[in-house]
Amino acid sequence: MPVNDMVIRIGGESGEGIVTIGEIFVRIAAFSGLEVYTFRTFPAEILGGHVTFQARIADKPVLSQGDDIDVLVSLNQEGYDKHIGELRPGGVVLYDSTSATPTREEDDDLLYGIPVDELARSIDFVRGRNLIMIGAMVQLFGLPLDKAEQMVRRRLGRFKDLLPKNLEALNLGYNYASEHFTRRPPIYLEPPLEEAKEGLVMTGNQALALGAIAAGCRVYAGYPITPATDIMEFLARELPKVGGVVIQAEDEIAAINMAIGASFAGVRAMTATSGPGLSLMIEAMGLASMTEVPVVVVDVQRAGPATGLPTKTAQGDLYLALYAGNDDPPRFVVAPSSVEDCFYQIINAFNLAERYQTPVIVLSDQALAPRVETCQLFRLDQVDLLDRELADLDGHDGYQRFKITETGVSPMAIPGMKGGHYTAEGLEHNEKGNPNYTPDMHSAMMDKRRRKVDTARQQLTLWENVVEEWGDEEAAIAIMGWGSSMGPVQEAMARAQAAGYKVAALFPKVLLPMPDLRIKRFLRGRRAVIIPELNQRGQFARVIEHRYSHELIRDSIEVVSLTKYQGLPFRPVEIFEKIKEVAQLLTERASID
Amino acid sequence: MITLTETLKPKDLKSDVKPIWCPGCGDFGVLNALLKALTDLKLDPAHVAIASGIGCSGRFPAFVNAYGFHGVHGRVLPLATGIKLANPELTVFAVGGDGDAFSIGAGHLPHAARRNVDITYIVMDNEIYGLTKGQPSPTSPLGMEKKASPYGTYDAPLNPIAMVLSHGATFVARGFSSQPRDLTELIKRGVQHPGFAFIQAISPCVTFYDTYARFKETTTPIAEDHDPADRLAAMKLALETNVQYLGVFYEEERMSHHGGVGQVRDKAGADFSLEDLLKRFER
Repeated sequence: MPVNDMVIRIGGESGEGIVTIGEIFVRIAAFSGLEVYTFRTFPAEILGGHVTFQARIADKPVLSQGDDIDVLVSLNQEGYDKHIGELRPGGVVLYDSTSATPTREEDDDLLYGIPVDELARSIDFVRGRNLIMIGAMVQLFGLPLDKAEQMVRRRLGRFKDLLPKNLEALNLGYNYASEHFTRRPPIYLEPPLEEAKEGLVMTGNQALALGAIAAGCRVYAGYPITPATDIMEFLARELPKVGGVVIQAEDEIAAINMAIGASFAGVRAMTATSGPGLSLMIEAMGLASMTEVPVVVVDVQRAGPATGLPTKTAQGDLYLALYAGNDDPPRFVVAPSSVEDCFYQIINAFNLAERYQTPVIVLSDQALAPRVETCQLFRLDQVDLLDRELADLDGHDGYQRFKITETGVSPMAIPGMKGGHYTAEGLEHNEKGNPNYTPDMHSAMMDKRRRKVDTARQQLTLWENVVEEWGDEEAAIAIMGWGSSMGPVQEAMARAQAAGYKVAALFPKVLLPMPDLRIKRFLRGRRAVIIPELNQRGQFARVIEHRYSHELIRDSIEVVSLTKYQGLPFRPVEIFEKIKEVAQLLTERASID
Repeated sequence: MITLTETLKPKDLKSDVKPIWCPGCGDFGVLNALLKALTDLKLDPAHVAIASGIGCSGRFPAFVNAYGFHGVHGRVLPLATGIKLANPELTVFAVGGDGDAFSIGAGHLPHAARRNVDITYIVMDNEIYGLTKGQPSPTSPLGMEKKASPYGTYDAPLNPIAMVLSHGATFVARGFSSQPRDLTELIKRGVQHPGFAFIQAISPCVTFYDTYARFKETTTPIAEDHDPADRLAAMKLALETNVQYLGVFYEEERMSHHGGVGQVRDKAGADFSLEDLLKRFER
């Protein structure tokens, strides 16, 4: 019986090619028509330290990294020792029998030793260890060899001289497994027979970069920081081809100011960073709010304050994104929920920025950024780009850059436009942009800028893909959350529903402005709302409590904050357990009543 | 550089915003020199952008009928770099004071210089924080007694010209607000220089640190036989402490940042479609 939902973990020393094994193996699976979802943790060091690569492979869309480990692949003793405790009973172990000895009392049938080192030496190709292991994995778990060969050509074809050797190593591993193991592992994959499905395989950061290009971004200014750097690296290669430019700034403060300068001069611009960098950018984000310059800032969140845990995940920058900055600078906050969603949400972010001449923060995270996920083909024909409203200067004198309007949006002049000159003024200013500190002007301008957020809140009700709502409408138990915890929630809910629980869920993709009407309607009639998030204080739960206190008190809805702050994403089981616990609590209460 | 056929007068470019500077402030001289340079060069003000940081001199853009950006403290160089990056046809100025340039924003100066971004950076140096009413700045001399240094300063002052020379700036000059004609010429040369032009404009603060008399005494033009292509000679002049030389210390032509961007685009090619790029990710 094929399992067709397998969690596979590969552990070993950094620099051994663990990630290569994982990434090529999942691509072979995806190429064969299966769905994949990876999870990796790396040491902060480049070489040395233990690396873990985990992938879940299934025949239906995968929404989380899963709960237990079904298959452990270890290239050395440490890789075995470190992870064997997490292998589920009945799980399978593949190991390099020249460098590791299984020590756990295991059923021999579940152990597959491959003398990887010895085999590599036999063909005089020590660097081929990864491909020998991949070959064995392909054979044992039932993936087609021809697809594996095609993928090796695609992924490693650029090393032309080594390609024959790499293919030889792949076949060597494959043949070794088919000759030496007559027993098939109890867990294996069965790719669909029809030709490979349409779809894309990429990481969250790649989807963000591609979305930025699709959204018309032509200037990227950034400073390297884990786990955001590969957005810059991707765009450095592609943007020049469309007449764009990537500039590596001297620091994050320079990066955001460059992006603001470029946008002021009429080009869609962005930067990407992680929490420490966003902290540095806050003053300039206030400048963009004040001078009404569109700019998109991606924050790939990582765990911990200060330097924290650069290679671990968290959803801890929500407060920072929503509230940071001196005296109420209006901005927008967008949070994609999956790799595919990264593409669409950064387009939403650019549309919000341009339409409302306001900075936008996009909250991704370390789990979402580097993970490889299969996704549907992007619907480029459905991408609608909103432009910033430009000033009509023909024959008009006395252009007012910051004209007070009903929507809050004032038509913008771009340098080069005759008669449109003005100063983008960081001081409080009048409609022309001249410094002005009078009490009435200050409050009028604060209101004008704030009005853009309210206008956007109304307009957003007509936008696609800004709120995700699913589950049982009548359910007493609700789940609300944001960002990349949506996958584990979807999976936990499917399990809960299969077990007879009724649950409804809502995830806003745009967190500022919050979709108040949708949320108020959603909360009606609930008894409890579970809010899972990867931070200590339950930041989103506190936002919900504060913002919807009237509805929560009126309808006696309990907010149940489920927080996790270990640097790791949610496992579906953690959310499922919470659903059961809350259901139990509600039943007990009902019986007391 | 986009120019006009007609000739404007400096007053045509003066905006109707009245400078908030104290009467006698050196910044007036710098403003007038800039307006004169713009009109002398017949620059089309619609294609001129002036970015500034924070300080008395930060108010500068509002006084000129051109595009302006009054940014946050110390970030004028990245701001101006972004503007130039997005539209290389614009003539871009960065203006600010010694606090903005050499204290809070000092980290940006080496990078604007080494990138050789084609902008003109005018630093109005009054050796004091004027807007915050008289604290010592990175160019204040030793022993200066002010409210924040009641017993006299003891941190050595920076040498801006020597600093930017070592950063690899391709045009380095010093002018004096009391000599607007010479300053105008320096600004014009800076604008015409195809790269990063750094101009230190001595611009005394009459209210908190009146140095007019001192600079009249200590300034002297750079000798005519100085070779601006000689970086060592320029450095020697910069390190002279008894006199403050005025004029062009150094000038060299090196590929500008925009030139580098062009090279990258040539190497990358223009063969791009999002559909094709996405194909690389198809399974």
